[in-house]
Amino acid sequence: MQEFEPKIVAFVCNWCTYAGADLAGTSRIKYATNVRIVRFPCTGRIDYMLILKAFQNGADGVIVSGCHPNDCHYTSGNFHARRRWIVFNELLELLGFDKRRLFFSWVSAAEGAKWANLVNEVVTEVRKLGPYTEYEKLSKINVNSIGELCNV
Amino acid sequence: MSDLINKTSQFFSSGIIDLFIGYKKGRLGEGKPAFFTKPDQLSELIFDENCIVNLAVYLRKPELKKYSKIGILANFGTLRALLQLAAENQITDGQYLILTVADGKVLEFANLKAIEEYVANNLPKPNPERLALLKEIESKSREERWDFWTRELSSCIRCYACRAACPLCYCEQCLVECNQPQWVGVPPTGLGNLEWHIVRAMHLAGRCISCGECEAACPMEIPLGLLTQKLNMTIISNFGQIPGTKREPDYALSTFKVDDKENFIR
Repeated sequence: MQEFEPKIVAFVCNWCTYAGADLAGTSRIKYATNVRIVRFPCTGRIDYMLILKAFQNGADGVIVSGCHPNDCHYTSGNFHARRRWIVFNELLELLGFDKRRLFFSWVSAAEGAKWANLVNEVVTEVRKLGPYTEYEKLSKINVNSIGELCNV
Repeated sequence: MSDLINKTSQFFSSGIIDLFIGYKKGRLGEGKPAFFTKPDQLSELIFDENCIVNLAVYLRKPELKKYSKIGILANFGTLRALLQLAAENQITDGQYLILTVADGKVLEFANLKAIEEYVANNLPKPNPERLALLKEIESKSREERWDFWTRELSSCIRCYACRAACPLCYCEQCLVECNQPQWVGVPPTGLGNLEWHIVRAMHLAGRCISCGECEAACPMEIPLGLLTQKLNMTIISNFGQIPGTKREPDYALSTFKVDDKENFIR
């Protein structure tokens, strides 16, 4: 049987992690090809709805990454993002969402090797977890089960 | 009660207000929101512990624009909602005549600063039963929690009563009505319901004044107040900002500290 290849979506900021991923490429560091990078102007722009959309569209894991604190191109975007993630993380925890599939990281433009390691780690961890099915099951709870609830 | 009625009718006769939002007795003994435009209607006005509806929800309705000055009878939740609305630049100081009844006496607030002091002195402790329920859910395993919420949220019929009852859900266009792109699925499937409740909780994080109106309005009895309560507790313990206690902007998610602590970023 063929090994499961997870789909990973990475939301990264333009100024640090995207440049870091670029550095990994120009330094010819090899890393897992499972990752699809989506570039954003800043981590402050990365809405939690985008993370949910990625899972809804079949991602098995999501990476969110940007500049280290104090390094933001726009001075404070990552600080705002960090607060939002702290709150969002607590909400996911309470809801029982599978947080092992959601990864947050700081990767600077100089950390090409860190980026490559991060992607490799994420791919290994998600591969162990297997395909993400909870969301798909959720979308099948629909009108039929409401009928059951109302005894129609 | 006659004190309240006398005082309000004086405001009417001296022309200070032309609309008063208060409560009258409902069919089941509950305090039902009521709109008084003439002093002779005021005989129906009541205020007791059954008056729990948050009347601040009406203030931003377009139907009220034709009134020059509005008086409002505020319970504690309404007072906090007024402060939060002021902090978000939705109402201004002195725009409304704000009354409340405390220990049988009618209090008139001269300005928002007076409300701020009153709220600070009377801030209630969280309800122990709710905290116990939250603790019980949190002590379950991850899978159990997911199943619990899947079951609870699958009964949601997406009537948006929680949104309509909330004094702070005042956006003219809500994200769930946005269909280009469509962030949240319209039909009440398990997934769309989960997304809606995540959006609702996140948009109220750091703004929710814990009046409990959303949960009281829910026809399917989903404990959705727990989500906002949990986020509020997170924000208070991590960032120390309590929503609905200040008249100046102090929104936890639009401010930051350089040394905010987290343990999940690699």
